[in-house]
Amino acid sequence: MTDIIQESDASVQSALLASQTAQTPGEYMRAMGKRIRSGDIGTLPIILGLVLIAIIFQSANQNFLTPRNLVNIVIQMAAFAVIGYGMVYVLLLGEIDLSVGYVSAVGGVSTAILLRDSLTNPALSWMDWWNVIPIALIITTAIGFLHGFIITTFQLPSFIVTLAGLLAWNGVVLMIVGDGGTVNVQNPVVRNLASEVLPPIWSWIIIGLFIGLLTLLEILTANTRRKAGLRAKPMPIIIGQLVIMAAIGAFVAYIFNINRALTDAAPPQQGMPVIAVILLVLLMALTFVAERTRFGRYVYAVGGNKEAARRAGIRVERIRVLVFMISGLMAGMGGIILASRLKSVATDTGGGNLLLYVIAAAVIGGTSLFGGRGKVVSALLGALVVASVENGMGLLNVSSGVKFVVTGLVLLAAVIIDALSRRSQQTT
Amino acid sequence: MAGSLNGRTPLLETKGVSKAFGPVQALSRVDFDVYPGEVIALVGDNGAGKSTLIKGIAGIYAFDEGQILFDGGKVNIHGPRDASDLGIEVVYQDLALADNLDVVANMFLGREWTQGMPASTDSHEAPTGISRFARNLMPLSEIEMEKRAVSTLDELAVTTLNSVRLPVSSLSGGQRQSVAIAKAVLWNSKVVILDEPTAALGVAQTRQVLNLVRRLAEKKLGVVVISHNLHDIFEVADRITVLRLGHKVKTYIAKETDQQEVVHAITAGQVSSVPGMTQ
Ligand SMILES: Nc1ncnc2c1ncn2[C@@H]1O[C@H](COP(=O)(O)OP(=O)(O)OP(=O)(O)O)[C@@H](O)[C@H]1O
Ligand SMILES: [Mg+2]
Repeated sequence: MTDIIQESDASVQSALLASQTAQTPGEYMRAMGKRIRSGDIGTLPIILGLVLIAIIFQSANQNFLTPRNLVNIVIQMAAFAVIGYGMVYVLLLGEIDLSVGYVSAVGGVSTAILLRDSLTNPALSWMDWWNVIPIALIITTAIGFLHGFIITTFQLPSFIVTLAGLLAWNGVVLMIVGDGGTVNVQNPVVRNLASEVLPPIWSWIIIGLFIGLLTLLEILTANTRRKAGLRAKPMPIIIGQLVIMAAIGAFVAYIFNINRALTDAAPPQQGMPVIAVILLVLLMALTFVAERTRFGRYVYAVGGNKEAARRAGIRVERIRVLVFMISGLMAGMGGIILASRLKSVATDTGGGNLLLYVIAAAVIGGTSLFGGRGKVVSALLGALVVASVENGMGLLNVSSGVKFVVTGLVLLAAVIIDALSRRSQQTT
Repeated sequence: MAGSLNGRTPLLETKGVSKAFGPVQALSRVDFDVYPGEVIALVGDNGAGKSTLIKGIAGIYAFDEGQILFDGGKVNIHGPRDASDLGIEVVYQDLALADNLDVVANMFLGREWTQGMPASTDSHEAPTGISRFARNLMPLSEIEMEKRAVSTLDELAVTTLNSVRLPVSSLSGGQRQSVAIAKAVLWNSKVVILDEPTAALGVAQTRQVLNLVRRLAEKKLGVVVISHNLHDIFEVADRITVLRLGHKVKTYIAKETDQQEVVHAITAGQVSSVPGMTQ
């Protein structure tokens, strides 16, 4: 094995092989280093980015790294991550969905307005959060279907169709919100979705379950593979990963459980936000679909080589429509989370930086704009970066001019990294 | 027809197939046959109709006239799926691999094994109680697929591949060609058609692929190779069919002819009135 690896030290192939054949954590780390040198930088930009962000904002404002603010960042990132999960699927196809900002607004606004009207209009009195949320999600999924249908039927670039969508759904939001300008979210369940926390013990249970499940799956897979005589991830590496995840998880749970109340006299505020649990559950479900099912495989295949997918008998157009539906669904969820966080929707809901933040989140996390490369988790990691920057700038009270420039630069940096790593991945 | 093959039935046979693209007559009443266990080369100048012939067989175009026989019986091929259901697999010149997916994923693309359905290499997916929609959301049977991919590559003695879990983008040209061929063979195929399999390869990799082509024939498959490289063709082919301007010139038996005669047929085109074997 090792002689193969040494043959051509710089090549992408040998770097990948090295990480597949590594037997000990030490070998594994060396293989990672080699992959990074070969241009396969993985999550490195995120880690470096987060460290840099922490240093810059903490030195400018002592409140940045307080437990209270860190939990704020989690709540702030939720909508970016959820909409970003859908965006990852779209980017995997090699397409883009520019409409997600205002489609999310359609989701948030329909939720807020239906709940408001259910209080006054007897015909709507049967409505409550548990049926209004599905209705809003069906609406935004249908919007995604419409985009996908138009793109595939008329063979149009998704860029143009969703740009039209961006404008049109903005208009729809303006029309439904109407002259009032703002609709408050009164329903307590929706209102508290973004701010509700679980009792402190649950931070440990949920994070423990999450890490335990991931590790259990790794061990089961490794065992079945070994029994089948295939190369399997060695136990020491699985344990090494478990230790790292457990350390991060314990730290996060610890932070969640520190009392965040501003004064000692105030009732204690501590525990894991419900929204963080939602992020983890969606992450697992969408990662399963992307990486463990035929449908997910076809999404990657279409993004990698549409013609090859077609010749393999994959119904390419159907896959594309389904992905735009996923994008609409996730945008709807993100919109409801945003409405909950802001406790209201308004005519400008879904506008501003939202779309750029979502795209930036997916791309910073390592999903390629060129299609076929990426993971659902990249939206979560990227959203953490984006929300940290947004939050930090908010603490520093910078002008919106500066905010726009910084956001633009962050997105630009992400796509440059994407383009460079794509170039280094190509052989011959 | 080509009675030199001991009166056996051809695996695949076209009888008088034609295809016009508007005013261009790409194929005119071409007879072509493939026997199990042989490599037959399809040669001709640019535009001779080679790709059109195999695309018709593969179900990408419909022929205007003529018949396709498979195992002696007349068949209708209306699309790529029909061809692969019969056991006809084509390795296109552009290979049609998804670069971002690994070797296993490419070999099974479009026909992945999932939990809850029998792992079968019949190109025709057996009906199960599970709907197609549900099947697309079932967990993939990665381990079974990987084992099968490895054993197929082993059977073909493809030894240059260090791991079947590498993305195809990291493979060399010869490795990719091997993967594309192994993909075609995986599905209990009976006829494998290769369009210019060595066009982009260096000397060593060309050798590997030609060896692989011979091994397919040893496994009793019918192998059709399109190539412009006469040297390669004489090395690997049992018979050579020459097309010129959409007409079949002749089918030569490789041992009984030489490069000069074939070149003459390709360029000058002495159309023999009785297409078929040479004696
Ligand atoms: N889709 C098409 N539409 C119109 N004309 C076509 C089409 N495909 C092939 N032709 C024409 O049919 C003729 C035969 O083409 P074909 O591609 O079969 O040749 P070939 O023998 O494969 O040549 P090459 O060695 O260049 O690949 C050519 O004149 C070509 O221009
Ligand atoms: Mg051709």
